[in-house]
Amino acid sequence: MNNINNNTLDIVSLNHWYGHGEMRRHVLQSVSMEISPGEVVLLTGPSGCGKTTLLTLIGALRKVQDGDLKVLGKQLFGASRKTRQKLRKNIGMIFQGHNLLRCLTAEQNVQMGADLLNGFSYKARRAQSREWLRTVGLEDHLSKLPHDLSGGQKQRVAIARALAARPKLLLADEPTSALDSSTGREIVDLLKKLASEQSCSVLMVTHDPRILDVADRLLRMEDGQILPSV
Amino acid sequence: MELNNFLKKRKIPLAWLLLTRQPLRILVAIAGIAFAGILMFMQLGFRDGLFDASVTVHKLFDADLVLISPRSKSSISMSGFPRRRLIQAMAHKDVIGTTAVNWNFLLWRNPENLSTRSILALGFEPSKPLLIESNFERKADTLKNKGRVLFDDLSRDEFGPISAWFKEGRLVETEVAGKRVRVSGIVSLGPSFGADGNLITSSETYLQLSPGNPKGSIEIGLVRLKKGSDIENVVRSLNLSLPSDVKVMSLKSFIDFEKNYWKSSTSIGFIFTLGAAMGFVVGCVIVYQILYSDVSDHLPEYATLMAMGYNLKSLLGVVAREGLILSVMGYIPAYVSGQALYALVRSSTKLPVEMSFSRALTIFCLILFMCMGSALAAMKKLADADPAEIF
Repeated sequence: MNNINNNTLDIVSLNHWYGHGEMRRHVLQSVSMEISPGEVVLLTGPSGCGKTTLLTLIGALRKVQDGDLKVLGKQLFGASRKTRQKLRKNIGMIFQGHNLLRCLTAEQNVQMGADLLNGFSYKARRAQSREWLRTVGLEDHLSKLPHDLSGGQKQRVAIARALAARPKLLLADEPTSALDSSTGREIVDLLKKLASEQSCSVLMVTHDPRILDVADRLLRMEDGQILPSV
Repeated sequence: MELNNFLKKRKIPLAWLLLTRQPLRILVAIAGIAFAGILMFMQLGFRDGLFDASVTVHKLFDADLVLISPRSKSSISMSGFPRRRLIQAMAHKDVIGTTAVNWNFLLWRNPENLSTRSILALGFEPSKPLLIESNFERKADTLKNKGRVLFDDLSRDEFGPISAWFKEGRLVETEVAGKRVRVSGIVSLGPSFGADGNLITSSETYLQLSPGNPKGSIEIGLVRLKKGSDIENVVRSLNLSLPSDVKVMSLKSFIDFEKNYWKSSTSIGFIFTLGAAMGFVVGCVIVYQILYSDVSDHLPEYATLMAMGYNLKSLLGVVAREGLILSVMGYIPAYVSGQALYALVRSSTKLPVEMSFSRALTIFCLILFMCMGSALAAMKKLADADPAEIF
């Protein structure tokens, strides 16, 4: 149980249930896995198999019910709300929908990520945000509202926002599902490139068979259990 | 230094952007808050204006102490007391002068359209001081002729264009209580809640105009004291030495006495305060509605921010700042419209409704309280933002 290494993620026999009494469902059954720094791991499986639940637990968005879950060296079993909130600053998240703030421009959305960093002046944080947008190829769309951007562009802004907070772990939940195949491909390649530049580990949940090749490692999940590697 | 630090540390002004990127919503909010503010400005303005108006003449009296009958309850129901009480008051070593004042309502005939209307008439001996007003002595001098009156040019227009005619140099004559009088001067006093207009005349003329007035009976006695006298002390000793058919009070307590009548014995205070309270409640409902729907609409975005690592406190701060911004943005138009409406009220009713600093501040505090309270209530909705639900 005492895993003394510097893995980004260490999970040992994690269990999770939804509901109460008769309706109680065992959605995660003794899940164990780990991710080492800089590794890109893809998680696939049929819907309802518990992928998203696992992702929310790793993202410190949910209380751990049973088992050992260490993210960036922090034990999340029994962790307080405050600990989880602080840890989330070091975890980047990219959602199925882009989840950008509608009232902010692309640049301001990215700066919401950069604003989480301490010790940088406003100007520095703004410069970083612009730099990130340039990196994802949106230097001409700095002051556009999400409303005026295409789906792919929105997802690029979301990637820039997630990376602007300099996370050590990036969680992505079907980031390509709302995109056409070529755009999806571009986004995933970009994600992988940028993550490896930052030596940031990536855990991506996907249904999309076209992007499986970006993974360093592929995990399959079924009925709340991770299947042995193929 | 502080500012520098702030500029360095500041973040994206989320509250401001949330509000301003939804122009329709913020316009509705501002209109609602401004409406509530205007309502409060008007109601409290009327209330204070009416209270102030009830003492327009009182404030001008050239006196330190005032004698009235204990049966007098207010300026619209003054009872008489024997004039010789004033002479008895002269016996006190600190008293240097007195003025006997008759005070009653008489019927004034509008010389233009001949309609009659009740006007407050003050009678006094023209050789004695009555009002603190520039040039009053010279005007009072004209009253030494019989049948002359000074007309208050702030009286309501229904009394006729007296001061305009007078200033044109016309001979202005009309009837008061059925007897011919001539206007020999113009003063500026102002109408009160009880009296639509005022006129001043000599005691002699006054008695002619109101022959039923008992001889030697007056309604108000003005007493002037030596400089530096202890007013409270003199009030006490005069109250002890004079018979109980007269009550002695300082000018200030006479003013308060009158205001108090309107405050406590009439429903004015209650009605207008209730009106202001309704404005407050309406404002609360509007701001709460706006902020609540704003939070509900942006709930997924708030949840996203929480997932990114923003803590609940900073998001509550966003809602609080929205409330703060709304209160300032709603207050400004309310203040400006308040000023304009006060000017309108002054010109059409001649009530002394002024934008006092304390009222401006009170209403700002009320609006601030209204917005922050509503923000606080809207924050409860923020607890529904569950970052685990956004995947």
